Amino acid sequence: MTGPGGPMTLDLARWQFALTSINHFFFVPVTIGLAFLTALLQTTWHRRKNPEYLRLTRFFGTLLVINVAIGVVTGLVQEFEFGMNWSAYSRLVGDIFGAPLAMEGLAAFFLESTFLGLWLFGWDKLSRRVHLLCIWLVALGAVLSAAFIMAANSWMQHPVGYAINHKTGKPQLNNIWAVLTNPVFLWGYTHVLLASLVTGAAVMLAVSAWQLRQQARARGTDGAQDAASGQPPMFARSAQLSLVVLVPAIILAMFVGSELGVIEARYQPMKIAAAEAQWTTCQPCSFSLIQIGGGNNDHTPTQILAIPHLLSLLATNSWNGKVIGLSPLQSQYQKQFGPGYYVPNVFIQYWSMRLMAYSAGLMFLLGLWGLWLIRRKKMTGSRWFLGIAVWAVILPFVMNTAGWLLTESGRQPWIVQGIMLTKNAVSPSVGLASVITSLTVFVAAYLTLAIVDLMLMIRYARKEAGPEPAPGDGADDLVTAVRY
Amino acid sequence: MTLVEFWFLVIALLWTGFFVLEGFDFGVGMLHAVVARDEAGRRAAVNTIGPLWDGNEVWLVVAGAAMFAAFPDWYATMFSGFYLALVILLLALIVRGISFEYRGKSASARWRHTWDVLMTAGSLVAPLLIGVALGDLLHGLPIDKAGEYTGNFVTLLQPYALYTGVTLVVLCLLHGATFLALKTTGELRERSGRIARGVAPPAALLVVGFAIWTHVTGGKGVLPNPVEVLAILAVLAAAWLISAHREGWAFAATTLAMATCILSIFTELYPRVMVSSTNPAYSLTINNAASGSYALKVMTVVVIIFFPLVLLYQAWTYYVFRQRLSPGDFRPPALLTRQGPLAKPDGRTPGAGKPSPAGPASAADPEGLG
Repeated sequence: MTGPGGPMTLDLARWQFALTSINHFFFVPVTIGLAFLTALLQTTWHRRKNPEYLRLTRFFGTLLVINVAIGVVTGLVQEFEFGMNWSAYSRLVGDIFGAPLAMEGLAAFFLESTFLGLWLFGWDKLSRRVHLLCIWLVALGAVLSAAFIMAANSWMQHPVGYAINHKTGKPQLNNIWAVLTNPVFLWGYTHVLLASLVTGAAVMLAVSAWQLRQQARARGTDGAQDAASGQPPMFARSAQLSLVVLVPAIILAMFVGSELGVIEARYQPMKIAAAEAQWTTCQPCSFSLIQIGGGNNDHTPTQILAIPHLLSLLATNSWNGKVIGLSPLQSQYQKQFGPGYYVPNVFIQYWSMRLMAYSAGLMFLLGLWGLWLIRRKKMTGSRWFLGIAVWAVILPFVMNTAGWLLTESGRQPWIVQGIMLTKNAVSPSVGLASVITSLTVFVAAYLTLAIVDLMLMIRYARKEAGPEPAPGDGADDLVTAVRY
Repeated sequence: MTLVEFWFLVIALLWTGFFVLEGFDFGVGMLHAVVARDEAGRRAAVNTIGPLWDGNEVWLVVAGAAMFAAFPDWYATMFSGFYLALVILLLALIVRGISFEYRGKSASARWRHTWDVLMTAGSLVAPLLIGVALGDLLHGLPIDKAGEYTGNFVTLLQPYALYTGVTLVVLCLLHGATFLALKTTGELRERSGRIARGVAPPAALLVVGFAIWTHVTGGKGVLPNPVEVLAILAVLAAAWLISAHREGWAFAATTLAMATCILSIFTELYPRVMVSSTNPAYSLTINNAASGSYALKVMTVVVIIFFPLVLLYQAWTYYVFRQRLSPGDFRPPALLTRQGPLAKPDGRTPGAGKPSPAGPASAADPEGLG
C-alpha cells in the first residue's frame, strides 16, 4: 500500500501535481493577460503622451512583475515535478513531451524574463520606442510559453504525430507538425489565451474599481468627475480598457470552449459524457442545469432543471446529435484496453463544467453592465458596480481552475489518453515519506507566498491611492529607473 | 558529430552558461548583506543583478527541459533519484527569487533583514545542492538494471560530490565579489575587492583539488585533461588579477574558471551521463538514454535558430546595464519621502524615516513600481 509507487504514493503525487499546478495557473493567466494590457497602456501613453497612462502602465506593471516572479518559481516546480514524481511517465514519453518543454524555455522563457528585466530597469536607459518594444516582447514571450505547454498537454489528451518503437515499446515523435496542429491544441490554446485575457482584464477591473471607490470615499463625492480638472479619474481609464477587452474575450472564450467540447467529445467521449453525468446513450440529449446524484455509484441522477437539445448541440454541434453514455463507453473501453475502470470522477466532471460555465456567465453579465454604465457615463459613480467588480475578481480564477479540473480529471484514468495509465506513471524509486515531505514543503511554501503576496498587494494599493501628483508634474519625473 | 553527441554538448553548455551567469548572481546574493554597511549599499549591490538574474535563472529551466527532451532517461533517473535534494533546491530558489521582489517593498528594517537572510541562505544552498548533484553524476550512484536509482538522500552526500558543491559555492563567492567590484563604485567597490582578495586563495586551492579529484574520478587515464588544466590556470590567473586590481580581467578569469570547472565534470562524464556504482554496465549513456533521432533533429533546428538569438539579446542586456552603481543613488531623501506613513526608522540612518509632509505617493518612485 505505502511502498514506492504504491496507491498512497500515487494519490499523494496526484494531489501534489493538482495543487501545485492549480496554484501555478493562478499566476500564469494573470501574467498573460496583464502583460498584454500593460503593453496596451504603454502604447496609449506613447501615442497620446498623457502622463496618466504612464502612471497606469507603471502601476499595473508592478502587479505584472510580482506575478511573473511567482509564475517563474512555481513553474520551475512544475518542470521538476515531472521527473521527481512521474519518472515512469517522463521515461516513456520524454521523446515527445520533452520537446515542447525545451522549446518553451528556449523560445519563450528567455524572451519573457530577459525583456522583463530590460523593461523594468530600462526606463531611463532605453529610448521610449525600444522600451515600448520590450513590454510587447514580454507579452509575446508569455503568449508563446503558453503555446508550447498547451501543445504538450494536448498531446496527452489526444496523442498524434508519433509511432510506437517496437524495440523499446515507447512512443516516438515522427511528425512535429501533427503535434503543433493537433485540433485539441489549436482550440484549447485559443481557449486558454482568451481565458487569460479575461483573467487579466478582471484583475485590472477589480483593482481599478477598488481605487475608484477609495478615491470617491476620500473625496466624499460620487467621484464621477475629478473636481479640479473636470477629467474622469485616472483609474476610470483602466477600468474602461479592461471592460472593452473583457466582454469580447469572454464571448469568444465561450464559443471556442464549446467548439473544444465538440472536439473532445470526438477524441475523449468519456470526458464529455462524465461532464454531463450521462450514463446511458441519448439522442437528442438535454443539458441539465443542476441535478442531484449521478456520481460514479449512482447511475440515475435526478435532474432538477434541464434544457432540451442543448447537450446535443454542445457536444456534437447538431440539434439531434447522439451522445454515447458512460456505461456503453466503459464496456467498449474494456474490450479495447482490457479489464479496468475507465470512467473519470463524474462528480468532479459535472460540477467543474458547470462552475466554469456559470462563473463565465456571471463575468459576462458584469462586463455588459460595466459597458452599459460607461455608455451612460455613470460607471465611476456606481458604488454597486464598483463594489461587485472588486469581488468578481474571484470568478475568473474559479473559472480557470474548474476548466483545468474538467480537462485533467476528465482524462483519468489515463495520463496519456490510450497510451499510459496514471497509476503506471509514478516514480518507482520514490517512497511515500519523500512524497509527503515534498507535498508538505510545497503547500507550506505556497501558503506563505500567498499570504505575503496578498499583504503586499493590499499595502501597495493603499499607498497608491494617495493624493494625485500636482498638475505641474511632467512625465519625465515619472521615468526614474526602476529598482529593487 | 552525431545528434546525441551534439545534444550532450548543448546540455553541457547550458549548465556551463547557468553557472557562469547565475554563478555571480548567487555570489551577489550571498554577499549583499556583508559587502554593504547600510541599506543604500545593499540595494546598490542587489540592483547590480536586478535586471539580469531572472534571465540567468532560465538557463537552469532550459537545461532541465533539454535533458527531458533529449535524454528522457537521464532526466527521469536524476530527478526522481535526487528527490529530497531537489525539494530543498526548489525551496531555496523560490525563497531567493521572491526575496529580490519583496525585500524593497517595505521600509521596515525587520522585514528587510528577514529577506536579506533568506536571500543569503537561498543563494548559498542552491549552488551547493546543484554542485553536489553534478558531482554525483560523475562519481556514480547506485542505479539498477532498469535505470532506477536505488539509494536514498544520504547516498547522495558522498565526499567527491560534497567537495564539488563546496568548490562551486566558493567559486560563486569569488565570481560574485569580482562582479560587484566591477559593477559598483566607492566604498562598495573597495569592500567587494577586499572580499574577492580574501576568497581567491581558498578558491584557487579548492579548484586545484577539484581538478585533480575530478580527473581521478573520471578514470580516463593519467593524461591530463586540457579543460581541467585550464581551470587551474584560470583560477590562478583570477587570484593574481584580483590582487592586481584588474577588475575587468579578473572577472573574465573567474568566468573562465567557472566554465572550465563545469566543463571538467562533463568532459570526464562523456559518453556517460549518469554513472552507476552498482555496475558500470548499468550506467546511463548518451546512447541508451537518448530520444529518437527525429525528436533530436527537430530540437536541433529549434536550438540552432533560437540559441544564437538568446545569446544576442542577453548580451545586449548586459551592454545596456553596463554602468557601475553607487550606494549614493539609493540614499535618502528620495528613498524615504516616498514611504509616507509606512516608513519606520531604519536605525542605521539616523533621522531617517520622518514622513515627508508632501509625500506624493506616485511620481518619482525610486523603488520604481513599488
